[in-house]
Amino acid sequence: MPVEGATANSPLLTVSNLTKLFGSFAACNDINLQIDQGEIHALLGENGAGKSTLVKMLFGVLAPTAGEIVWQGRSVRIASPAAARKLGIGMVFQHFSLFEALTVAENIALSMDGNISLAKVAEEASRLSHAYGLPLDPKAHVADLSVGERQRIEIVRALLQNPRLIILDEPTSVLTPQEADRLFETLNKLKAEGRSVLYISHRLEEVQRICDRATVLRHGKVTGACDPKAETPASLARMMVGSDVAAVTAEGTSTKGDVQLEARHLSVSARTPFAVSLKNICLKVRAGEVLAIAGVAGNGQGELFDALSGEYPVADDAAVQIRQKPVGNRNINARRLMGAGFVPEERHGHAAVSAMPLSDNLLLARSRSDAKAFLGGGFLKIIRRDAVATATKRISEAMDVRKSGEDPPAGSLSGGNLQKFIVGRELDRQPAVLIVNQPTWGVDAGAASRIRQALVDLAKAGSAVLVISQDLDEIFEVATEIAVISEGRLSDPYPARELSREKIGLLMGGMYGKTEGTGAVHAH
Amino acid sequence: MRIELEKRAKISTLFSILSPFIAFLLMIIFGGIMFALLGKNPVTALYSFFVEPLSEVWSLHELAIKAAPLILIAVGLSVCFRSNNWNIGAEGQFIMGAIAGSILPVVFYDWQSPLVLPLMMLMGMLGGALFAAIPAFLKAHMNTNEILTSLMLVYVAQLFLDWLVRGPWRNPGGMNFPETRTFAADAILPEMIASGRTHWGFAFAIIAAILVWFMMRYTLKGFEISVLGQSERAGRFAGFSSRRMIWFSMLLSGALAGLAGISEVSGAIQQLRPVISPGYGFTAIIVAFLGRLNPLGIIAAGLVLALTYLGGEAAQLSLGVSDKVTRVFQGLLLFFVLSCDTLIHYRIRLVWYRFTASDLDGSR
Repeated sequence: MPVEGATANSPLLTVSNLTKLFGSFAACNDINLQIDQGEIHALLGENGAGKSTLVKMLFGVLAPTAGEIVWQGRSVRIASPAAARKLGIGMVFQHFSLFEALTVAENIALSMDGNISLAKVAEEASRLSHAYGLPLDPKAHVADLSVGERQRIEIVRALLQNPRLIILDEPTSVLTPQEADRLFETLNKLKAEGRSVLYISHRLEEVQRICDRATVLRHGKVTGACDPKAETPASLARMMVGSDVAAVTAEGTSTKGDVQLEARHLSVSARTPFAVSLKNICLKVRAGEVLAIAGVAGNGQGELFDALSGEYPVADDAAVQIRQKPVGNRNINARRLMGAGFVPEERHGHAAVSAMPLSDNLLLARSRSDAKAFLGGGFLKIIRRDAVATATKRISEAMDVRKSGEDPPAGSLSGGNLQKFIVGRELDRQPAVLIVNQPTWGVDAGAASRIRQALVDLAKAGSAVLVISQDLDEIFEVATEIAVISEGRLSDPYPARELSREKIGLLMGGMYGKTEGTGAVHAH
Repeated sequence: MRIELEKRAKISTLFSILSPFIAFLLMIIFGGIMFALLGKNPVTALYSFFVEPLSEVWSLHELAIKAAPLILIAVGLSVCFRSNNWNIGAEGQFIMGAIAGSILPVVFYDWQSPLVLPLMMLMGMLGGALFAAIPAFLKAHMNTNEILTSLMLVYVAQLFLDWLVRGPWRNPGGMNFPETRTFAADAILPEMIASGRTHWGFAFAIIAAILVWFMMRYTLKGFEISVLGQSERAGRFAGFSSRRMIWFSMLLSGALAGLAGISEVSGAIQQLRPVISPGYGFTAIIVAFLGRLNPLGIIAAGLVLALTYLGGEAAQLSLGVSDKVTRVFQGLLLFFVLSCDTLIHYRIRLVWYRFTASDLDGSR
């Protein structure tokens, strides 16, 4: 199904000197970009580089402050997403906008202009999904579908408008490797038809694999335009980050010590209708070891963190053991006093209170464990501001936290800097056990590398580290052992060197045990 | 033209200080308009409402008497509101504190001892705290909305008081008036200063405000209150229990409201009557917000709101307007305080025109 009127050589979209100001802050500064017919064009950049702002201007969500957008040789002003769709620009957002209670066809029909019968939509949708290798059942309820399938709905929805340009925002961040492979096939089909794809990502490998050209943004400016296949991951990263990203070195692993953190047949029933119940989880982390738990979001990672941290203690005291003592019914501060540290996934409103200054956020995690240093006045528990401020300064320096003042509110820091502080406030205690959920989620490459190195170093120094992560690159960088969580069940751990991405992908899809025999799960 | 609210990059310190003053100014302006519409000269009306009550010593004493319960209650409420517990039933806790504290002087009126007064105060606090324990229990263990339960319990308390003073506690020598016997000298909260009626309730209010201010500013408990108020999840991460905080804040504010109740009865009224409060428990909500939920700010705000009560009485006499004017002013003030707080987080911009980016082909 080639696109009519696709003349091969003229550019499809040219963006010149596009600028978007928010107050005096330039989110996009003088951006130039050209997308040709039938190419997959990558838009690379760290968080906050201006990728989303640029794309929102192309899709009519934001109005540019200055500059010009030329579409098929005509200067256009894109006033709304509807106008963008009319031009032939389709978009698949990172966060899906689907009604879970409705069927696939109903969701698609909702986004269509005019009156088209549901049966017709369903027919068209299944025809398209078939043609592009995106299997979808139009009658299925969205609530029953996996994240990958939901993304397919969004893609089909975009394709129904017969777009010339499809914009995909971080499409693989929620997919298993197998699902991602399938997506790439679809993208190549679209390309073969002469359609163009703008592919936003910060995953260098993917970009090298499927993209024809890349435009790199940093701090709202274009820092490079290149053929990604001719570059190395390091050179791409350099364009993204501005300096060479320090590679995490996990070499020279220390000798493994005693078991410091253990879960014994940990089962927790779901607290809310949307939560996942944990089923018979067994894990052991020894001193000097980094156990990474891989898995697609929403498979029980948050619930596992809650149970291990003691934010929600569990009924069976022996189910969680820290330094070989049962702590299942102890609360989080009791576990901290035994030498454990915790970094939750959500920075704002969980790991930190956004409106409070950094020093208060330091106290948040350590008021009990460091009571001797931070509190005075006996039973009055008067906060020793000077001691807290000194520690805040120490942590900021140790982790290179860049901030606007001496003690700014946590909410004013960028994601990466706040995460460095949140990790730093635990490292500062030299915890014997550290449990981290999504250590570098939404964090720029520079900060991510620093945080990962810190985790590796902590393990080398003899602590037990548990990392829960969705990011396979991260997992392979830091882990000595890897286990996979799927639907609240945890696979056996495998030494990181012996595990391939494909195997992890299979485990993520709930295939654990089937390759190894079903008894393997309960081996302990 | 349209008005746009633009989020500020950070909270404006200037406006967080100015906001109550702007609100007060707006209240004066709109109050003046209201007087003009009623056919009164706004300047003289506002003068007799807000300035005259401050011009004589005895009326300053009245101001302190009225400010005392407002400050005491609002200080307790500030802890509740900061920890995200919305106790709206301080009026009921005030009444139950007054009733519990009056057990000694009404039922055991024979017992004369210097211990009577301190015991009355303690029992008043206990009565208020126990009454606040009902919504606290319902919220902590049944997940009930405390706004509704605490508010509904106000009417329970009011009717209970009404029944008591008309029934079992009615003064046998009181010619069938719905009142208890008047308190004996041992049961009356003494005056603080020789020049007038101000009783020790005002001192309690100031002491409570300073203690709570100290707690909020310097201690871990204060930190716990603000953390749980801003994010329950972060509080859980810190190891703070939001369930215990419900109990703590509700019992504290109940106890302070109860203390205000027994102080008012023992110091100012000296007996129980069917109505012992002109709505102090509700007005204290305004006081708490006008004082920016800061105990020291609440002292000032309490004096301002006490002035609206005095002004209402004065305006009734000198202008011949209804004392409901007091309620109007209090309502205006709460409205403006809450709306002026927008300025702290947002910048207001008037946009005169807007790019009407036409659709592509210019049609439409």
